[in-house]
Amino acid sequence: MSEYRIHLLVCGGTGCLSQSSHAVAESLIHEIKQQGLSDIAQVVSTGCFGLCEHGPVVKIIPDNTYYTHVKAEDAVEIVEEHVVKGRKVQRLLFKDPKTDKIITEPGELEAYKKQIRIALRNCGVVNPENIDEYIVRRGYEALGKVLAEMDPHQTIDIIKKSGLRGRGGGGFSTGLKWELTAINEADRKYVVCNADEGDPGAFMDRSILEGDPHSVIEAMAICGYCTGAGEGLVYIRAEYPLAIERLKTAIKQARNYGLLGKNIFGSDFSFDIDLRYGAGAFVCGEETALIHSMEGKRGEPTMKPPFPSVAGYLGKPTTVNNVETFANVPPIILNGHEWFSSIGTEKSKGTKVFALAGKVNNVGLIEVPMGITLREVIFEIGGGIKGGKKFKAVQTGGPSGGCLTEKHLDIPIDYDNLIAAGSMMGSGGMIVMDEDDCMVDMAKFFLEFTVDESCGKCAPCRIGNKRLFELLEKITKGNGVPEDIDRLVNLGNVIKDTSLCGLGQSSPNPVISMIRNFPDEYKAHVTDKKCPSGVCKALMVYEIIPENCVGCTACARACPVGAITGERKEVHTIDTSLCIKCGACMDRCKFNAVIVK
Amino acid sequence: MSGIKVELKKKDADTIKEICASFDNKQDDLINVLHKVQQSFGYLPAEIQEVVANELNIPLAQVYGVVTFYSFFTMVPKGRHPISICTGTACYVRGAENVLSEFKKELKIEVGQTTADGRFSISCLRCVGACGLAPVVMVGDKTYGRVSPEMVKDIIKEYEDQ
Repeated sequence: MSEYRIHLLVCGGTGCLSQSSHAVAESLIHEIKQQGLSDIAQVVSTGCFGLCEHGPVVKIIPDNTYYTHVKAEDAVEIVEEHVVKGRKVQRLLFKDPKTDKIITEPGELEAYKKQIRIALRNCGVVNPENIDEYIVRRGYEALGKVLAEMDPHQTIDIIKKSGLRGRGGGGFSTGLKWELTAINEADRKYVVCNADEGDPGAFMDRSILEGDPHSVIEAMAICGYCTGAGEGLVYIRAEYPLAIERLKTAIKQARNYGLLGKNIFGSDFSFDIDLRYGAGAFVCGEETALIHSMEGKRGEPTMKPPFPSVAGYLGKPTTVNNVETFANVPPIILNGHEWFSSIGTEKSKGTKVFALAGKVNNVGLIEVPMGITLREVIFEIGGGIKGGKKFKAVQTGGPSGGCLTEKHLDIPIDYDNLIAAGSMMGSGGMIVMDEDDCMVDMAKFFLEFTVDESCGKCAPCRIGNKRLFELLEKITKGNGVPEDIDRLVNLGNVIKDTSLCGLGQSSPNPVISMIRNFPDEYKAHVTDKKCPSGVCKALMVYEIIPENCVGCTACARACPVGAITGERKEVHTIDTSLCIKCGACMDRCKFNAVIVK
Repeated sequence: MSGIKVELKKKDADTIKEICASFDNKQDDLINVLHKVQQSFGYLPAEIQEVVANELNIPLAQVYGVVTFYSFFTMVPKGRHPISICTGTACYVRGAENVLSEFKKELKIEVGQTTADGRFSISCLRCVGACGLAPVVMVGDKTYGRVSPEMVKDIIKEYEDQ
């Protein structure tokens, strides 16, 4: 690597790839070759930089320049100016969305200032398809250290003392989980990596697997050594073809280097990894359901105990950890548990990766220390609300979590505080909503997802969520009554108390938290039959502004139910009792005379 | 069993048998087998499921149970240009619902259906991980970002001659 003077890192994360970042990389390579610079400049396709809103992103090192919204045509200028002459291409430099100021140093990036990158340490830095780059960044050193110097017991002890908790949602102590598998005697044991990221709006696991697959492989081997497992399985969504491809490449490279397979580093320890594909079922994020799915069955959860640490995959002791959890393991071994536990809050150590999305300026993947506030995340890292609108709520924990509002903005984010506030950490989806989002409609959206994804095994989840959804639908259609709000809360609590698995136990969280935080909005829907955010169609009223109407009859002709009357060249009116709120009149009117109230 | 009736040619049945054999006809590998078969045939009608059930020596009902459980598997053929609208939360709050209804209106089909000429089909998917581009629509492997209802006609037009 050292012969290159300059490296052009092109983001190959999904966000940038779908904006043709591969074409950018190809043009850069072509241009560098044309200029005869192939010996001094190298183009590397990396994982996600976390600046998805501004993609495709190209980062140039050693001078750490970020170019955003780069197109293939820009390659010539970047190579001629930056690589050859050492002058930055001003028009492509990253601009602060708030101040429009050009940012030339990464330290100035508000998005990077508050972040500590542990799980994402290599994302956007290394070429995920080259194991050597991972090794240069102390890759597989932790595995070597563990095999050469430590016994499984000592290693588990370090993970326990670090305070690392499961990043997939539950927040169970990782070290303890490993210990529970380790103490069970069996002829075979398994390590499973849960990469079935199902939360709609979360893409951290995908980014880690695409950007730094070796960190997960290394950690799984360490886990295998600690728990006495010889086989690892990654359960990954079939919807993530790029992550699957990179993982396959990484596994092959690790085998070639003797980092997977028999007698790793000359020790007695043998370990190998295989892939299992998910097929689109949210419930498979639950570990017992995931294990059934790996066995080729319907992904339905079963009662715990027995826990997977006793009887998991094929009835053998199995450790199931999430991708992000694994990515944290090698740095803990290398830097020590004191280092890790110095970051974060009392009971939640280290960092958390969030997929910040929705109505914020800087959508992207961020990794922040536990204990940071929502305000810092949304308004500093996220750059505030899009279009200068007013912040309304933020949903954490996806369809299992709850919504938090203005009054929660200053609580330190950790597992326990989020639960106390009526939400949860979940896998790390963080969807920001503004004044235009209706809280009844959002609750309905999440319930629709749960109804769709409920496996149907237990009645509270299968029937209860459907009833919750129907109640919300009734309210958004304008047929709600005040008692419906109590019904929602009561039924929600019953579902939470009586469902079999985590999906049902958490599915009423969005609606319950939204009712708690926005009681007036729910009341407006059932009592005044109004949707204050103007989202619920049935509660909207179409009207014609007499001053704007020229009497062209276009709206009357477009109306499928004949609700609009009026003479030619005279002001028209809408009979609201007939109106079906299809919006056809509004589409057709060329004079902006039709409005929605 | 719902779905479309198809006559399986011997050649097709052999392909399925080969796929099953490549997994040593192991019952645990049912989902992997179904992934491979769907890759070859595009969908998993009852007749295909029957062959898989026979080869892996498991009840047809169990195969059917698995196929219908997972959203990735389909029993109806998708269009030549399958349109997937992301309805993940990030896309939803940025207006995916309006984009979806525009597609339904333009193509006159519902979610899960295929146009009569077999050209387009509509499905919803949950989060493609490109939330920065929300709302996102995929046509085949191509991703369209920041899609507005106004763009729908043009997107469809791109594929109309194909």
